[in-house]
Amino acid sequence: MTLILPIEHISEKDRPKVGGKAFALASLHRAGFNVPTALCVTSDVYDRYVLSTGIRERILMEIHRKAFEDMRWEEMWDASLRIRNMFLTTPMPGALKDALGDSIAKCFRDQPSAVRSSSPGEDSKKASFAGLHDSYVNVRTRDAILEHVIKVWASLWSDAALLYRRELGLDPEKSTMAVVIQEMVLGDRAGVAFCRSPVDPSQAVIESVYGLNQGLVDGTVEPDRWLLERASGKILSHTQPKRDLWVVPTKEGASLESLPSPMATQAPLKEGEVGAVYRLAMAAEEHFKSPQDVEWTFLKEILYLLQSRPITTEKGDGEADDRTWYLSLSRSFDNLKALRRKIEEQLIPAMVEEASLLESENPDDLSLHELVREVERRSRVHQKWVGIYWHDFIPFAHGARLFGQIYNDSVHPSDPHEFMSLLAATEMESLKRNRLLEELARDIREKSELRKLLETGDLENADPRFLTRLDRFVSNYGQLICPDPSLNACRVHMCGFLLRMSAAKTTARAQRDITALTDSFLSRFKGQKREEAAEMLDLARASYRLRDDDNIYIGRIESALDQAVALAEMRLSSDSASAKDRNFHEDRIAVVKKKAYVPHSTVNETTADDHFDFRPRQLTGQPAGPGLAEGPARVISKVLDLAEFQAGEILVCDAVDPTMTFVVPLSGGIVERRGGMLIHGAIIAREYGLPCVTGVPDATTLIQTGDRITVDGYLGIVIIGTDTTL
Amino acid sequence: MNDREVLIRDLGQLLVTQRLAVLSTHNAGQPYASLVSFAADPDLSKLLFATTRSTRKYANLTSNSRAAMLVDNRSNEEADIHSAMAVTATGVVGEVSVAERREALPLYLEKHPYLKEFVNSPSCAFLKLTVGTYYLVRRFQNVVEIHMPS
Repeated sequence: MTLILPIEHISEKDRPKVGGKAFALASLHRAGFNVPTALCVTSDVYDRYVLSTGIRERILMEIHRKAFEDMRWEEMWDASLRIRNMFLTTPMPGALKDALGDSIAKCFRDQPSAVRSSSPGEDSKKASFAGLHDSYVNVRTRDAILEHVIKVWASLWSDAALLYRRELGLDPEKSTMAVVIQEMVLGDRAGVAFCRSPVDPSQAVIESVYGLNQGLVDGTVEPDRWLLERASGKILSHTQPKRDLWVVPTKEGASLESLPSPMATQAPLKEGEVGAVYRLAMAAEEHFKSPQDVEWTFLKEILYLLQSRPITTEKGDGEADDRTWYLSLSRSFDNLKALRRKIEEQLIPAMVEEASLLESENPDDLSLHELVREVERRSRVHQKWVGIYWHDFIPFAHGARLFGQIYNDSVHPSDPHEFMSLLAATEMESLKRNRLLEELARDIREKSELRKLLETGDLENADPRFLTRLDRFVSNYGQLICPDPSLNACRVHMCGFLLRMSAAKTTARAQRDITALTDSFLSRFKGQKREEAAEMLDLARASYRLRDDDNIYIGRIESALDQAVALAEMRLSSDSASAKDRNFHEDRIAVVKKKAYVPHSTVNETTADDHFDFRPRQLTGQPAGPGLAEGPARVISKVLDLAEFQAGEILVCDAVDPTMTFVVPLSGGIVERRGGMLIHGAIIAREYGLPCVTGVPDATTLIQTGDRITVDGYLGIVIIGTDTTL
Repeated sequence: MNDREVLIRDLGQLLVTQRLAVLSTHNAGQPYASLVSFAADPDLSKLLFATTRSTRKYANLTSNSRAAMLVDNRSNEEADIHSAMAVTATGVVGEVSVAERREALPLYLEKHPYLKEFVNSPSCAFLKLTVGTYYLVRRFQNVVEIHMPS
């Protein structure tokens, strides 16, 4: 078994265990290219580590929890987070550590190094894993390098890498990873070169930034770009960016800084240097006999080749693959900060304003023609916000994920979701709403006169102050449990619910002391890094809060649309509408209704061959809120199901929407078909300390309202039925 | 193919490919487990097996015909935890009648030809477990009950 190989000792036979990157570096080194000194930790070491520590089977259990193809990317992210934490909390066995440590110490002493992934099977002409696995720069000391080797191994299981492997049809059970430890060349200018432009095959492309390459690779620093004639190297064009940032090495790692002004006015490469990079890239192409994507750096006047890989060709069917999209699932801190400003300063205020405007307009007085036009207008407004939701709000959710990774990397907690406790210290719109509901229910509980009036349906004689608060609640939060747009119908439904709420013992929001947890997290960082960590926490809390709030606001816009649709349908069904009008407008309303977002109601699946009677007994999902609860199920497939919700029932639904979560204080637990730790069901369950299981396939069809079910939020299991005669 | 059809296919394949099952019987409050060679009939309603009449399992079944049978595809590897499938069949055991034997015996011997002498011996009982319910476990924790038509 070969554990570690200097690149000069790597030969053809080693290829399967050193991976594409290390093999290419070795080949370039032999051919006389100026590549930095490097060692390769072979995939044998990875295999030995995962086998001897038992991680291998734990990973496979995690990714086989449900059919790989049925997992949403959010579930993949959760699985990936748990797997990453397995690596971070599992030290390298002593013998392995000693064997690697000696070679590393001998080769690098305390010189800075780059620790890069080199997965066997990656980077072929058909597929590129570029950017999907992690690499780390400027790592010093033997122990730090070994720690980063483990992090690179963990990145084999990142959500993006898992998704990409699924797309390519690669078997995750066969995945393995070699790691290149490379002398760090702290260059003053760096960049990439593509021997052949993906846009125009007759051209080559060179991109360059000041400082280290990381800013260019992760998209935070915009590069200078040169297009060259591929055949001659003649410069065809030079595009200059704003040039205000660069990535510089720090004591450990690297950081993004403002670019000093003298450099901002000058391109990082002179014309002759562009030519030198071009010749280097073309020499690599000549060497490998295929167009290359080359990373390079200049240290003073010396040009180094850092790595070279084949340019991925298009897939056989002519469609480009989705690697770029998978990569976009991860966003940098700076990118997220800009997105937060846009959301908080522009989008949310505009969305609230638009919702309020729609709510203030009364469609009752419109003619039938005007009303149908109004329905279409509201539908367009709704569609616009749904688009913004996907384009801006969902990507911002990555803030919470990025924080989770930083928290786990620094704290190494035994519970990989411990970071969520820190995020929950935030005031969400749905919790404010639930508090108002609880106050109304308390009034009913404490004032027997009011209670009697509501029980007999005599709203007219109820305390006007109570009615004012009730009406304000109904108008602020849309028709939560009432599809009928009239205020009176909503009042009646809401009173029924409040009466049940006042009689029941509801779950109070969990109280937790997060100060100690926050201090413990921040104490891992010093100086500037501590400020950045605090800023990251703040951003993650905004991201977490928004996952709830945006749905509340979009729910208000949706309610305004539903209200107009219901009114139009009522008018169309009335006798006064002419047959011609009816035919014409019904189609227009139908089109709007098709587009409108409503939680999908699933219908029980039945098959013709019911020879066998299937009864699900135990369903597996993901643990999303610790605890154990048992009670009758309430399956939510339409708004009115919420009105029927009884205290102590288990909320079972396709996807918990924040507009639904007002029943949560009454419920015993939550089961959701949609998976993920950062979805609303999981967030709200944690807020109330309720057991929760998410990602249960076909939850709403396999479980019926009234079934007694047990929610095991520790293990992510739902057991149906109380029969224990198994 | 829908989920139910996949389940039935997987159950059928498991019962066809596995040769051995663990039979659970009991008597006077004492459970007892033993390994048997089994075969399933095509509609999965019966599991056939044979035992000599002097065995403890036969004695148990004589006094209490309710039994369970476990069939699984484990390979004694770590990966069994996520990849193995197991099914427990519960039901009632009785002797295969002379009329049933004409179809049941060739079916059984097709799978276990080396048991021809054994099963034809006068001291051997050719038995059937009439299945009431299958409990199918996959992916470590997923459990589905399949109730057979009565």
